[in-house]
Amino acid sequence: MSDEPVIEMRGIVTRFGNSVVHDGVDLTVARGEVVALVGGSGSGKTTLLRHVIGLTRPAEGTVSLFGEPLFAGSAREQRARRQRFGVLFQHGALFSALTVAENIGFPLRELRVVTAREVRDLVALKLAMVELEPSTALLMPSQLSGGMIKRVALARALALEPELLLLDEPTAGLDPDRSEAFVGLIRSLRDRLGLTVVLVTHDIDTLASLASKVAVLAERRILSYASLEETMELDHPFVARFFHGEHGRRALARRGEKG
Amino acid sequence: MTGDPRVIASSAARPGAAPVVRVEGDWTLRSLASRAAEIRKELALAGGDADWQLAVSRLDSFGATLLWHAWGERWPRELEADDALKATIERVADAAAVPLPEPRSYTLIDAVVALGRVQLGLFDHVVGLVRLLGQLVLDFVYLIRHPRDWPLFEISANVFKVGAKATPVAALVGFLIGVVLSYLSALQLRAFGADIYIVNILGLGIVRELGPVLVSVLVAGRSGSAMTAQLGVMRVTEELDALTAMGISRTRRLVLPKVVALTLAMPLLVLWTSGVALLGGMVSAWMQLDLSFGFFLDTLPRVVPIANLYIALAKGAAFGLLIALVACHFGLRVRPNTESLSANTTASVVSAITAVILVDAVFAIATRSIGVPG
Repeated sequence: MSDEPVIEMRGIVTRFGNSVVHDGVDLTVARGEVVALVGGSGSGKTTLLRHVIGLTRPAEGTVSLFGEPLFAGSAREQRARRQRFGVLFQHGALFSALTVAENIGFPLRELRVVTAREVRDLVALKLAMVELEPSTALLMPSQLSGGMIKRVALARALALEPELLLLDEPTAGLDPDRSEAFVGLIRSLRDRLGLTVVLVTHDIDTLASLASKVAVLAERRILSYASLEETMELDHPFVARFFHGEHGRRALARRGEKG
Repeated sequence: MTGDPRVIASSAARPGAAPVVRVEGDWTLRSLASRAAEIRKELALAGGDADWQLAVSRLDSFGATLLWHAWGERWPRELEADDALKATIERVADAAAVPLPEPRSYTLIDAVVALGRVQLGLFDHVVGLVRLLGQLVLDFVYLIRHPRDWPLFEISANVFKVGAKATPVAALVGFLIGVVLSYLSALQLRAFGADIYIVNILGLGIVRELGPVLVSVLVAGRSGSAMTAQLGVMRVTEELDALTAMGISRTRRLVLPKVVALTLAMPLLVLWTSGVALLGGMVSAWMQLDLSFGFFLDTLPRVVPIANLYIALAKGAAFGLLIALVACHFGLRVRPNTESLSANTTASVVSAITAVILVDAVFAIATRSIGVPG
């Protein structure tokens, strides 16, 4: 398999009106890595993720996915590139007019090459993957609980067998118990499918149990990009607040017990 | 090892043995997508009875599904593959074995039930509208007793939104309708030498009938749909629930200002649109029939009794009340999904226009002896 980086960002500058959010952000994510993007609120974590998805374009700098610039090539090539990653949006972003099964099968159907029977079996498989009962297939998104919405959204993100999974606040709004189960699920899927994962999170529990690398976004750039242990030794007010606060210490202590 | 997915079938090594099928290449959705139909055909040709060798470089769940279906959803007699590949196929097999619940198919009984539901739904709408109207009356009584609670700011904002901002489009439509009506009537009237009756036709037609109905259709499409969509989105984003949680009455805060504003603004819009439509008719009559503006304006009050204007204003207020009421009724019924939002917005506009025309007919009968010269 090629060893070109999955995501490569060079000199990203983002401005909203007069305020500069990113000023020269560089980030390279290698294959198989699980990168957690952390930063204070308003530091532009989600914006950076939206640049990777291609929902917004930075004022300056380039974003490359799988070794090619995000917006290079014909519309067909760009679409093929988009099918190589799956996104789990913060609130799930399920299509509210479609059932759970239709939501998961939607990207497959849109390819126009998968038969109805194959879609049915693949939907059943994805439902089993995210540990949902087959009986949820006919429910509408408005009938689902928060945790179930995340699971269905994850199943939909995995529908096209992506190599890269982008998660925006995967555990926000879930109670600790559900959140832990969901993180476990993501971890097992990552191991089984060999995914590269980039997640934006506020939750130190999620980060501690999932991330292989931590990218700290502060002062409008990537302050550090290293393993969790190395990141913790960083002398910076944000790192001190985030990792060495009361909650952070407890979460990391738990991790120590487990690991 | 990587490469395009391939199916290589070879005949049996010795007589009596099964043929051997070898599968190679990259069996992922991305590689298979471009030639899925061919692959499916080749797999079907190879058949489930053969011995299979899996020498694929990668296999994802789509590739596994293709194989599983080609085998007729059971394991082939001989399968040469490493454990990881077998595990992938096994997961597909396990999932395929669990039936997903199917949506029920549509039967005759469902048709009857649907018909009944439509009728009950109609009843439900009438009850809902009456209840909303009753709630508004109660709110009104409350506000008369507590004058400090009037949502004056919301009312004035709504008057601006549904009234003042609608004047340009209402003027454009009114002017053009006036011109067209006058032009077509003039062609006929000239044939009879009854040119001056153009004033009667335009005056009575526009002031009494066309003005109010035209504005109602316009407002139902413009403001009625906006009201339904706004309330509907507030339901989707749980803003309605937030209001209730604060103990603020949603009818008093959201519905009442809209209803009051539209009831106030509609007569003014009717006046404005009818005026511009008459202007359009006047211009057309002057060009077609050489009728001077002075003559037109002199004759108008004589042939169109002032009662017609009062009827028009009353109609405007009634239609405004009706449109806002229907729009809010449907807006509050939106369930939190996009399908419901679009269905209710459509229903709101269609019902409002239908209701306006029905009430217009009632007005026509009730006022048949008022304001008609003769």
